[in-house]
Amino acid sequence: MSYTIQGATGPWEVVVGLEVHAQVISRSKLFSGAATAFGAEPNSQVSFIDAGFPGMLPVINRECVAQAVRTGLGLKAQINLWSRFDRKNYFYADLPQGYQISQYAHPIVGRGSVEIELSDGSRKTIGIARLHLEQDAGKSLHDQHPTKSFIDLNRSGVALMEIVSEPDMRSPEEAGAYLAKLRQILRYLGTCDGNMDEGSMRADVNVSVRRPGEGFRTRCEVKNVNSVKFVMQAVEAEARRQIEVWESGGEVEQETRLFDVARGITRSMRSKEDAHDYRYFPDPDLPPLVLDPAWVEELKASLPELPDERRARYIAMGLSAYDAHVLTLERETAAYFEEVAQGRDPKLAANWVTGELFAALNRMKRDITDPPVSARHLGELLDLIADETISGKIAKDVFEIMLETGEAPRAIVESRGLKQVKDSSAIEAAAAQVLAAHADKVAEYRAGKEKLFGFFVGQVMKAMQGKGNPALVNEVLRKLLG
Amino acid sequence: MSVDAATVKRIATLARIRIEDAALPRMVEELNGILAWVEMLREVDTQGVEPMAGGAPTGQPSLRMREDEVTDGGIAEAILANAPDREGPYFAVPKVVE
Repeated sequence: MSYTIQGATGPWEVVVGLEVHAQVISRSKLFSGAATAFGAEPNSQVSFIDAGFPGMLPVINRECVAQAVRTGLGLKAQINLWSRFDRKNYFYADLPQGYQISQYAHPIVGRGSVEIELSDGSRKTIGIARLHLEQDAGKSLHDQHPTKSFIDLNRSGVALMEIVSEPDMRSPEEAGAYLAKLRQILRYLGTCDGNMDEGSMRADVNVSVRRPGEGFRTRCEVKNVNSVKFVMQAVEAEARRQIEVWESGGEVEQETRLFDVARGITRSMRSKEDAHDYRYFPDPDLPPLVLDPAWVEELKASLPELPDERRARYIAMGLSAYDAHVLTLERETAAYFEEVAQGRDPKLAANWVTGELFAALNRMKRDITDPPVSARHLGELLDLIADETISGKIAKDVFEIMLETGEAPRAIVESRGLKQVKDSSAIEAAAAQVLAAHADKVAEYRAGKEKLFGFFVGQVMKAMQGKGNPALVNEVLRKLLG
Repeated sequence: MSVDAATVKRIATLARIRIEDAALPRMVEELNGILAWVEMLREVDTQGVEPMAGGAPTGQPSLRMREDEVTDGGIAEAILANAPDREGPYFAVPKVVE
């Protein structure tokens, strides 16, 4: 079922393309040796290059180039061995050079694709048009003084990847799924931390509407949207606004807009005249960037496993599609799961991670990067189940104690005497007592009410505080009742 | 290629350079003179010659790359020393209203 918005005059389709700015993970900036760490003292991570001082020359950071190539490879995109830096000229207080070094005509990465999964289980491929490297601008603070804006240049010159999609998305859900998937891929690759709160990833959302079957109509660009949820809201709000314009006989004008989160609407940015006339030209300070194909191959060979591949591998290990999906959403979760599953039954490991552990994380409001039970301890617990030291049921009690005390499972089982009883004479004694106490039910069972068998098992387990070996309890009961 | 007064005015606006209307005709004439001079390059036959970028022909050695190390920064006072106005560790500029 394709998504449409019902207007007063009929259904409308929504067309969305995203330009995502992703901050590259690197120690120093794209063209200077100043640090990139978040949250430093204002203007303490600024070189004369980043501040646009005259006479300074930019020198490119090899790691930033490598990160762009890795990202391109992760997006199954073409790597352009020859690319070039251009100047994008505009004036703003937090852009001291008066231009941003970017790549316009010859980006480092060309066409690629991203596969997204939708809530109905269907999959769709979204085209990537290009990826290029560019400098970030500084940060303006407008609310610190009645008549002045404050400028912090720490971010000035930090490397960004601008990742431009094709206009392939047709609903808010698809736009949200694309951004989430892109973030997941970048985090797996380790090329961007994806912290949208800190501005490490921001999206410009291009939206237009059309009648089903029509060609594209004029689009508007909603700037700087900083969460998956807001992207979805912005797409819908902007589409509804455009439908209203078209249906009232007006014409949508191409412009840059802002998403007002509080009111849930987009509004026009007081666009300066000529704002889009950037007068790009090749940066004379920078010769072309030529990549050695052997280096690109090296980077390709060292690429980590990507989420889609990892999920396929988990399914091949016997996990359900759902578990494989949930466990691969965050790279940290997958790493935790793999440590637990290492050398053990993967399905059992998946059940414990997605079941008990996730529930505990939710309950304790903690993150997989700061788990209340280490992967090593959880693995040890699974070993105790596997070698029948404890039953699965007792294991859940042990897990609760692990959450509370942080103790190792084996120590808990020892100190609290939770070891499973495998001595059949002890089980026989307990079973005989239970049967004697429930002579009426034994008679019913023997008369054909076989369902009562489970009741006897439960009673014996209860009498043994859950420590009876379940298989042995069953065996003994069958013998005694048989 | 040549420019007219309107184009020159627009370029000046984009570059944040103020040109009084009275100065426009002379500026148009001078710029057109420069353009005509550069036009001479068209006389060169560039058939089959790869375009150049940044002074290096296509296929020539790349941009030099540096290693990813923090070697700069920590000089906030030097960075701010020439600022026309500052507030604490920040540059201060007339309020930008969006």
